Amino acid sequence: MKRAFGLLLLGCAMLLAPCAGAEHPYIVVASTTSTEQSGLFAHLLPAFTKDTGIDVRVVAVGTGQALDIGRRGDADVVFVHDKAAELKWLAEGNGVARYPVMYNDFVLIGPKGDPAHVAGGEDIASALRQIAAAKSPFVSRADKSGTYSAELRLWKAAGVDIASAKGPWYRETGSGMGPALNTAAGMNAYILSDRGTWLNFHNRGDLRIVVQGDKRLFNQYGVMLVNPHKHPNVKKALGQRFIDWLVSARGQAAIASYTIGGEQLFFPNAGTDS
Amino acid sequence: MGEAEIPLGQPIVAKGASVVRRGVRVLDRVDLTVAPRSCTFILGPNGSGKSTLLRLLHGLIRADEGDVTWAGETTRPLRQAMVFQRPVLLRRSAAANVRHALALAGIRGDEAASRTHDALARVGLAHLADRAARVLSGGEQQRLALARASALEPDVLFLDEPTASLDPPSTRAVEEIVAAIHARGTTIVMTTHSLAQAKRLADAVVVLDAGRVTECTPARQFFAVPCSLQGRAFLEGERL
Amino acid sequence: MDTISQSVALALRMLAHLDPQLTQIVALSLTVSLSSTLCSALIGLPLGATVAIARFPGRHVLIVALNAAMGLPPVVVGLAVYLLLSRAGPLGEFGLLFTPPAMVIAQTILIVPIVAALTRQIVEDVWTEYREQLQSLHSTWWQSTLTLLWDARWSLLTVLLAGFGRAAAEVGAVIIVGGNIDGVTRVMTTAIALETSKGDLALALGLGIVLITLVMALNVGAHVTRGWARARLG
Repeated sequence: MKRAFGLLLLGCAMLLAPCAGAEHPYIVVASTTSTEQSGLFAHLLPAFTKDTGIDVRVVAVGTGQALDIGRRGDADVVFVHDKAAELKWLAEGNGVARYPVMYNDFVLIGPKGDPAHVAGGEDIASALRQIAAAKSPFVSRADKSGTYSAELRLWKAAGVDIASAKGPWYRETGSGMGPALNTAAGMNAYILSDRGTWLNFHNRGDLRIVVQGDKRLFNQYGVMLVNPHKHPNVKKALGQRFIDWLVSARGQAAIASYTIGGEQLFFPNAGTDS
Repeated sequence: MGEAEIPLGQPIVAKGASVVRRGVRVLDRVDLTVAPRSCTFILGPNGSGKSTLLRLLHGLIRADEGDVTWAGETTRPLRQAMVFQRPVLLRRSAAANVRHALALAGIRGDEAASRTHDALARVGLAHLADRAARVLSGGEQQRLALARASALEPDVLFLDEPTASLDPPSTRAVEEIVAAIHARGTTIVMTTHSLAQAKRLADAVVVLDAGRVTECTPARQFFAVPCSLQGRAFLEGERL
Repeated sequence: MDTISQSVALALRMLAHLDPQLTQIVALSLTVSLSSTLCSALIGLPLGATVAIARFPGRHVLIVALNAAMGLPPVVVGLAVYLLLSRAGPLGEFGLLFTPPAMVIAQTILIVPIVAALTRQIVEDVWTEYREQLQSLHSTWWQSTLTLLWDARWSLLTVLLAGFGRAAAEVGAVIIVGGNIDGVTRVMTTAIALETSKGDLALALGLGIVLITLVMALNVGAHVTRGWARARLG
């Protein structure tokens, strides 16, 4: 009996050992669900690893949580899409500098029935006004994500005080983009989504894009190195290499080359003031 | 926890020992002496406290009043063993059960192996040494329990109605083994419901009635002329 | 119905082709859950046996606490372990967050109460049967614990299977402390969660079928072993 027990322990140790020691150098990047679920990372990261030999471990959560992970020092790099929150995060001393990397856009998704009659429009503000007036079902992520921050900005731009206007028609799920889309599909509701996640989303039900192209739907991504003075464990050199690669010609080209169904999702704009 | 070894030949003495459970005096001021090398039987009707007295003399329970001493010491000695009415065997082979008891007594390796073999042979279970103890018959299990006890070479062996649930052939086998153990010098203290069994084996008899000792005499004397009322009633009516 | 038949077909195809990514995820799931089952056995079995045998002040409080802790929400345990292992937390220096060992720690905390509480129940019953005999043989507390644990081994195997089942099925704890990192901390349950959130429900359900099949196979194996051993050793 004792021998069997010893063998079992040895077996477990052997199985876990490879997990403990990583053969390749790696960094941990806290990013958002939209970048992962759109499939961008699956396309982008292998190219980076091939060029540099560095593995990238992505923890994909909402923007708020990603910034929190960076604040705690549990990641080396933060890659999110909420400029205001990013600048605040930097001001608090959590990071080194912010580099714009790329942008994509949000789209308003809605049911085929279109109860608020917004389909085909290009003005997101008036569309949101109509939805609020008609009290048509609307799903909100309500989770401190970049998408949620954008949604709130858009309600403001539409002149709708969402805090007081919300009622049973406004469903706050507190979840990531994918689960929120699932919910919207299930309820036949309107929802604001980033184009990447929507294109890669398979459970559309009766939903389709109803409003797009408004300049205000522009969604900027920025990348930041976590402050190594605050967290000595941060892999400063490796993290900076990732950032440098992203904004380099090579990285920007890789971003531009990512398509779904022939459609480009992300538009590189490093070096601009975005 | 200081457990002494009593040299063979010292008595067990209970003095004014009482055991109280939930306000009831299960044993009431018991005075008795178990003579070394004797074969003492504890008799009495149901509920008289026989099992409790047996456990008290073995040291499994403590007296609430009075005391029990083994060769003058109040700490339970090591070289004692007990066999219960229902044999308590581990889920292992017969031999492994004996070895387990020996290991607890600090006996391992070759000595344990030889003691195990001899003990099983003495009870006629050598051919079942590697059989799972729990698949043995009732009689075989009780003999195994006896083998385990005797392998420890105890000074005193306590038995709590060991043949109560056995058929006559198994009962006879167990009695022969007990007699053989007694013959080798071990003190026997045993409870039983069967007067015939007591007549066959006992050389001293203790009669209990409602927790009190009503007789404590040599067996021949008891069976000829019981001194107490209860003893007589017990013998005659077998009021169990 | 359509999704379900799609999923079954997907599941069969995945199992047949042994897709390397799937194999890696399955291997990690089994490693993490088996490791946490082993760790919780090392802690929970003696703990449960001790509570069964020993008598100490506060014993009943501990029993109630263990029973209640069987229902610990995985996501709460995950969050607590996350805060402990985060660089900003007390155990941050070990850099365990977002690694498989962190997942093992979280799952172990989750299933120790199950193992301990059920062990206590089983050992208590066995102890009632053996107590006087073991006391008669001068068995010490530790010797008795080992004897009882070994004697009840087949019932305890069921307890460990229950613990394993809970570990393999949960997602709340491992997704928080592991981060669901592709190729590093992605296990079956978190992969299912991810595919669901991407709306790829057929794939998610397919993975679910694979997971259930694996756990089922393990239980069948254990059951057969138990039956065979019982027949041989009683």
